[in-house]
Amino acid sequence: MHLLVCGGTTCRSSESESIRNALEESLERNGLENEVKVVSTGCFGFCDKGPIVKVIPGNTFYIHVKPEDAEEIVKEHVLNGRRVERLLYLEPEKELLATGSKEIGFQKKQIRIALRNCGFIDPENIDEYIARDGYVALCRCLTEYTPQQVIEMIKKSGLRGRGGGGFPTGLKWEITAKVKSDQKYVICNADEGDPGAFMDRSILEGDPHSVIEAMAINGYCTGASKGLVYIRAEYPMAIKRLRIAINQAKEYGLLGKNIFNSGFDFDIELRYGAGAFVCGEETALIHSMEGKRGEPTFKPPFPSEHGFLGKPSNVNNVETYANIPVIINKGPEWFASIGTEKSKGTKVFALAGKINNVGLIEVPMGTTLRDVIFKIGGGIRGGKGFKAVQTGGPSGGCLTTRHLDTPIDYDNLLAAGSMMGSGGMIVMDEDDCMVSIAKFYLGFTVDESCGKCSPCRIGNKRLYEILDKITKGEGTTEDLAKLKNLSEVIKDTSLCGLGQTSPNPVLSTLDNFWDEYVEHVIDKKCRASSCKGLMKYVIDPEACTGCTACARACPVNAISGERKGPHTINQEICIKCGTCMEKCKFNAVLLQ
Amino acid sequence: MSQIKSFEDLRKIKEDFGKRIQFREKSFDPSKVVQIKVGFGTSGIASGAKEVMTFLRDELEKRNIEAVVTQTGDMGYSYAEPTIEVKLPGQEPIVFGKVNVRKADEIIERYIKNGELIDGIIPVNYHTI
Repeated sequence: MHLLVCGGTTCRSSESESIRNALEESLERNGLENEVKVVSTGCFGFCDKGPIVKVIPGNTFYIHVKPEDAEEIVKEHVLNGRRVERLLYLEPEKELLATGSKEIGFQKKQIRIALRNCGFIDPENIDEYIARDGYVALCRCLTEYTPQQVIEMIKKSGLRGRGGGGFPTGLKWEITAKVKSDQKYVICNADEGDPGAFMDRSILEGDPHSVIEAMAINGYCTGASKGLVYIRAEYPMAIKRLRIAINQAKEYGLLGKNIFNSGFDFDIELRYGAGAFVCGEETALIHSMEGKRGEPTFKPPFPSEHGFLGKPSNVNNVETYANIPVIINKGPEWFASIGTEKSKGTKVFALAGKINNVGLIEVPMGTTLRDVIFKIGGGIRGGKGFKAVQTGGPSGGCLTTRHLDTPIDYDNLLAAGSMMGSGGMIVMDEDDCMVSIAKFYLGFTVDESCGKCSPCRIGNKRLYEILDKITKGEGTTEDLAKLKNLSEVIKDTSLCGLGQTSPNPVLSTLDNFWDEYVEHVIDKKCRASSCKGLMKYVIDPEACTGCTACARACPVNAISGERKGPHTINQEICIKCGTCMEKCKFNAVLLQ
Repeated sequence: MSQIKSFEDLRKIKEDFGKRIQFREKSFDPSKVVQIKVGFGTSGIASGAKEVMTFLRDELEKRNIEAVVTQTGDMGYSYAEPTIEVKLPGQEPIVFGKVNVRKADEIIERYIKNGELIDGIIPVNYHTI
């Protein structure tokens, strides 16, 4: 028998270590230490019910366990085989005592559709993909349905583009299908550029065939015989796996001429990008593939009409494609039964930042931020307070505690001043200064702006300069008004999605953290103590013993004072490196 | 490799696959073979998955344990890389996190040989289709 104790960070901070010890001691007292083992596990994903103890066999779940409960669990459950009813998890919806962990609803917030094979199959072995019903969807499309029927299925499923925009996928396919041309292209956008996002990379590395299969289905629907994957060269593992997968599919005749004897031909090639953020924008992406500068052009015409080499091209994101075979196999109704009214299915997120369980998750649309951050994500690192979560990368915005119970879908995120984006989620705690965060994202867009249109090229630079001024403590109230005004102008007048969304981090932090901006400008204070320009190190004369440790360590000799007497820091010289604070053994150096 | 031209061909590969995995190298007894998957995405490799995989392959052979060690994609537990999934015959698969060579040795000696669970298990917290 095994007793599993949750060793996730949140449970550990709520005493899971002492529970483990108490269980072991109790087992020893009862002479059971050889038959029953106590094991600490990773996070179960429901930290609000922790600490958790699970008994195997039987899958009994105990929640909110305290060290003093250990004896009862051992005596009652282990010795007498009777469950400790008062600690059992009571499922709210069913009002039933849940025993088998597999049936517990709250434990399974995640549904893996796009990630169904990721971490399950060997991505370099096509047979493993076929063993999971791979290429069945392509076979059915080619032999049982007309292209229009397949498009109808995708439309009915309610799938929207997972790259960020959320355009209905079925509709996009239909538009491309209707345009008449001798040659059309199917393009996969694998230019994942948001800082902290790695959903597409993981899908391509873990399940490349699902993307290949979906691109072929797309080709059949739109009348394209050629597929192109635009992928950044800095994803070598994804490129290698895609190459292997394409070759295997060709050997099996799943790519090439006359696939499934249907008369349909389809082939896929790779095109590499140099890792420019703007090339995630479809017109810039197409230019880059054509060997031109990765610059966007005005839409319309949309790529569906005038795309790669001037031919109609259907551009979809990796995750969008990964959903397609499932929709065909399980039916559009099944897919549409998951999610919210206007956003169907699931979304993959890359959780990063100050969160315990950094990683990839896939949740149904409509899951709340609270569930994602505090249950699946295991809460904030170091038990600190939650401050904000940044979604949608540099084009998105920050959501705060007041959005925690907002169901995540395309429309709700837009209404909250952020966006779905490709699925990066960066969690911030109370130590993060929101003005600095906005500055960080602006720094990114300034670097990544292609420079073609002036609002983006010049405007973002000016925005960055104003933010920089504020974080240095030189901001004025006029600057705040200017920030807002300039942001609106950039949004309205930029040529492409990059510029139109780049002020979002500024606008959403202005909206949600106005107080913090005001503090920086008027009180010259940074509450997160992260803006160096607004802090000063001072020595408390009462606590200082005159040991001279700080003065000797100071790299710029800013500290003076007699031996055994209180020291002082010359603020004119101080570079705010913090060395004095580290060296002081008497906590006499203070940060103001 | 013959070409796949029909639904039947796909089904045949699916059926054969279950059998073939056991006959990949030597003629394994399917009821005894241990199946191990190593998370081999970029983050897994960056955290040392390659070393763990080599160790598992070498040591399982040296210790005369019939096992198939394969690579797989990112399991999603970036905070606990490298991750491996171990499936003992007739049992539910179990995922272990933060597996280094020492941990892998412990997994072989305690879990694979004796069925004893050890620290570092990552509970499955998702449904899959």
